[in-house]
Amino acid sequence: MNGRRSGPTGGRGARKGADAKAKDGQRRPMFRRRKMCKFCVDKIDDINYKDAKLLLPFVPERSKILPRRISGTCALHQRKLRTAIMRARQLALIPYTSD
Amino acid sequence: MNRKYELVYVVSPDATEEQVTDLHTQVEAICQRLNGQIEKTDNWGRRKLAYEIGAHKEGTYVVEYILGSGELMKEIDRRLKVSDLVIRHLVVRVDEEEGVVERTRARRTVTSQRRRIARGLPPDRAPGEGQRGDGDDDRDDRFDGPEVER
Repeated sequence: MNGRRSGPTGGRGARKGADAKAKDGQRRPMFRRRKMCKFCVDKIDDINYKDAKLLLPFVPERSKILPRRISGTCALHQRKLRTAIMRARQLALIPYTSD
Repeated sequence: MNRKYELVYVVSPDATEEQVTDLHTQVEAICQRLNGQIEKTDNWGRRKLAYEIGAHKEGTYVVEYILGSGELMKEIDRRLKVSDLVIRHLVVRVDEEEGVVERTRARRTVTSQRRRIARGLPPDRAPGEGQRGDGDDDRDDRFDGPEVER
């Protein structure tokens, strides 16, 4: 991780390190890096269904749409992302399921 | 009423080049008959499908940007549904979405210019100013081994 920007799944790794000293019930407050919406940061206004490369990070292994609470996408962009993913799936650019 | 549409269709991999162009001329003919107009055509060529459709694992993708009415798209949709060569197709109306995108983009430049003027800066960002993106990081001064002349 380059420290400046976390990817769509960056939130998971960010909790490591903070609990290195947490023992004997002496809990430190968990430190998590604030997640940022990728589309707001990169100023991508138009989430296009034809751009499979853009959408693929948001459909991990099982090809389910990554929830907002993990990816950090803002509500507006998550909505647009969802329609784009559903359209791309119809055209077989992105799988519906995979195992 | 002129609206902007995008039509994507996936042609079966068994189809020859000729059949693909034939399909395109068919779409064009329908457009002309119903006062439509094809702005642009994109042929992505053969691509692997994300999942199997019938017995097919590959397909030829063609994208058409069409200006026309709803009736025209209905007719094209009907024709493509009947066609055996086309294994998937999708019609999307894009003009409204494009308007929204343009407005948000315009609003963002206006706000950023206003804020920059409020901070006493010229309204437009000079090249190389501000936060650097991930792509243009040419100032790579990591130490990666001594330079040895041979």
